[in-house]
Amino acid sequence: MTAETGIGARVKRKEDQRFLTGTGRYVDDLPLARATYAYFLRSPHAHAKIKSIDTAAAKAMPGVVEIFTGADTAAAKMGGLICGWVVKDKHGQPHKAPPHPVMAADTVRYVGDPVAMVIANSAAEARDAAEAIKVDYDVKPANVDLSKALAKGTPEVHAEAPGNLIYDWEIGVKADVDAAFAKAAHVTKLDIVNNRLIPNAMEPRAAAAEYDKGTGNYTLWSTSQNPHVLRLILSAFVLGIPEHKLRVIAPDVGGGFGSKIFCYNEETMVTWAAAKVGRPIKWTAERAESFMTDAHGRDHITHAELALDKDNKFLAMKVETIANMGAYLSTFSTAVPTYLYATLLAGQYTTPLIYANVKAAVTHTAPVDAYRGAGRPEATFVVESLVSAAAKELKVDPAELRRKNFIPPEAFPYQTPVALQYDSGNYPPIIDEAMKIADYKGFESRRAEAKSRGKLRGIGFSSYIEACGLAPSQVIGQLGGGVGQWEAAQIKFNPTGNVQVLTGSHSHGQSHETTFAQIVSDKLGVPIENIEVVHGDTATTPFGMGTYGSRSLAVGGSAIMKAADKVIAKGKKIAAHLMEASVADVVFENGTFKVAGTDKAVPLGQAVFAAYVPHNYPLQELEPGMDENAFYDPANFVYPAGTQICEVEIDPDTGATEIVNFTAVDDFGNVINPMIVEGQVHGGITQGVGQALLECAVYDKDTGQLLSGSFNDYAMPRADDVPSFKTGYKVTPCPHNPLGVKGCGEAGAIAAPAAVMNAIHDAVAPIGVKHVPMPATPQTVWQAIHGGK
Amino acid sequence: MTINVAMTVNGKAVSGKVEARTLLVQFLREHLGLTGTHVGCDTSQCGACVVHLDGKSIKSCTILAVQAEGGKVTTIEGLAESADKLHPMQEAFRENHALQCGFCTPGMVMSAIDMVKRNNYQLDEATVRRELEGNLCRCTGYHNIVKAILAAAPAMKAAGV
Repeated sequence: MTAETGIGARVKRKEDQRFLTGTGRYVDDLPLARATYAYFLRSPHAHAKIKSIDTAAAKAMPGVVEIFTGADTAAAKMGGLICGWVVKDKHGQPHKAPPHPVMAADTVRYVGDPVAMVIANSAAEARDAAEAIKVDYDVKPANVDLSKALAKGTPEVHAEAPGNLIYDWEIGVKADVDAAFAKAAHVTKLDIVNNRLIPNAMEPRAAAAEYDKGTGNYTLWSTSQNPHVLRLILSAFVLGIPEHKLRVIAPDVGGGFGSKIFCYNEETMVTWAAAKVGRPIKWTAERAESFMTDAHGRDHITHAELALDKDNKFLAMKVETIANMGAYLSTFSTAVPTYLYATLLAGQYTTPLIYANVKAAVTHTAPVDAYRGAGRPEATFVVESLVSAAAKELKVDPAELRRKNFIPPEAFPYQTPVALQYDSGNYPPIIDEAMKIADYKGFESRRAEAKSRGKLRGIGFSSYIEACGLAPSQVIGQLGGGVGQWEAAQIKFNPTGNVQVLTGSHSHGQSHETTFAQIVSDKLGVPIENIEVVHGDTATTPFGMGTYGSRSLAVGGSAIMKAADKVIAKGKKIAAHLMEASVADVVFENGTFKVAGTDKAVPLGQAVFAAYVPHNYPLQELEPGMDENAFYDPANFVYPAGTQICEVEIDPDTGATEIVNFTAVDDFGNVINPMIVEGQVHGGITQGVGQALLECAVYDKDTGQLLSGSFNDYAMPRADDVPSFKTGYKVTPCPHNPLGVKGCGEAGAIAAPAAVMNAIHDAVAPIGVKHVPMPATPQTVWQAIHGGK
Repeated sequence: MTINVAMTVNGKAVSGKVEARTLLVQFLREHLGLTGTHVGCDTSQCGACVVHLDGKSIKSCTILAVQAEGGKVTTIEGLAESADKLHPMQEAFRENHALQCGFCTPGMVMSAIDMVKRNNYQLDEATVRRELEGNLCRCTGYHNIVKAILAAAPAMKAAGV
């Protein structure tokens, strides 16, 4: 039975039936009786003082129920939105923490900052009324260009952050790194802009809330990746509604990619206002609002240098980065360019000395926070761009230079110079496999053939390391994280033997309903169709930390394994009683308890039934029922690694880049469902290709208007922008979690930008072009090729 | 101003009183409760709202409900013969893991069915990729969607749908 549905099987997804038949239930689909609809009037200016807001005419419009502004939230003493990670700067001081009002009261700080919430009987009426609100703004000069954000004289976003500096942070010993550079035989230097991205999950953010006057209970339905954390933030910091009076439900959620981790203004307002108006309130972002107000990603300016000795061994690396925080510090924003970025700069290599300095700056743009990969794509881009550039400069094969500097398999566990200790890995077989699949040997003849057609062909490597499944909680706490990083699970048998598996993580495309069921089916021998995975509702699931950072399987799956162990342990006692045997003699195999050396057997279902109908049951020693909880706090991060190889063809006449081959070989540890893992890799690569070739959030540098504010202006990857991908696996099981798993959700997006850009640089190198910035749009590439002519 | 509108949706005659500005997708979702058809953008580009009107795929966010007056509309809810017997395109999406979060899926499936028919059940990868230009997916990287559509084309022909 478990061969087809257990660990390692390509089980078709349990969640597909509802999504394929139009019966999924996303937030905007909820039927709420007597619902009202919210619309947020937003600042059209990047920086302005609000002189006055006149809502009188709007309040008289048809269907309007109520209008709230920043004056109302201030009067209600509503807390501000919080940043949950305190990063200490290089002097040991906590980062600057300017307030983030839920509704702008006297100052607006980015285009999209909410200034009024209109609640009406229909969404259209709410929108119509918003147009009748008169806001008198005193428009001020804006700080939009990150390269000038920290310069003297640049307008300040917050009085609490002088010079727009949130922190000046460092890791490593600069003097040691400088000394190593002084001895270097070769130094490779790069200036890198990691382009700003807009997450664009296909389901726009949405929130709906209801207040029950009788009980005083609030219910919030939100497009959240982590409903328990959202509730905690709203309860403890923002609204003050006790946790037991606030239920947060994240039903079907249409993609997140990080952007739905955070606690946002709109869900806060909808919850608060539901009690004020005494009717349910629904709000769904229009796509234009998603572009303006979902937390953006990336946006770094970096200078990086790699020092090599005469044998091409890496001696040291130094990195200076300015990271854009946007106008306000979003929930986990401060951790992204520090602990999720600079700690990854060792990559897969033995670089013994690394120094990184990161300055975080505020600007009059949307908040920036974690987006698929969160810091790790930026780090991988720095490392892998440096390595490929060094190979070019030294005229050595980029694969050979990587291989020469890989951490050898016998060196694990490996302590990097940037805090992390890699638990496991074996990098050389990964790159070997990738080169085989990509037919690296045949590349030069393909390049020559392309040249005969007037095309520039190039090949690029990206050998990434990822740290995911943030852990353990004590370390996260020492680094300033405001939450634990464990996960919870509950395995609840019903008397008839079917199972509910409750998890504190949340699936918004990751397929937990299938993979988690596979784990339980495999471990307990229960048919997969009798297992239901439940997630996303604080009222029914155990408090857990949610889904982000590729943590759900490594942390949440491990919690499920622990709960399953408890089921087996209890079941053994019940079975021993039923078989009149000693517990020590009972073994559990394929869903059945047996006494070794006899034909006595009790199927798990029989033990469960006995636990619920305890007529013949050791009630003196054992509680009835079969309902086991577990919490799992990992010993370390997990460290997936892999190599991607991208092959491109560029038309020098148009600058258009076509990806002609793309190979990804990954080590995700043990794989529960290869079909699902491959899907995660495909999607991640495509987001990485999007960053490399297409996507860029562009603000007008003077006015702060978002120029790339719709799918007309922001190029999302479409089906004909990417090829079919070739994937492969190498497996080194994670040594410290019970499943031996790592994480696969972000790897594609982490590695792909460097693979694509290294391929582009390889393609244009023969004609003397050294630098093409991201995204390498046809215009950018054409300018790089022809600009000097 | 409200207007009466009547049409056939998934084989059933339906009617309603709508504001003149009501889009077809709003009529489907809000008046008929057919929430399988999604709205993912406001510029007619994401394709999450694709339905069939008189046998052809359209973006239901791009026409008014009144423009569909008297028409025959098929939505994702009307495709499967029964819960056990999905349309070959739905089946191919499941078999090939062509969906993750599921939000773009209804529009993808509806577009894909029309694409197969438009191309007389003969498709190659390049054609599928080109003709998917009106449908965005952020999860799958399109790889498995393309595979599913290529697999569904002969299955649809064999099933006579």
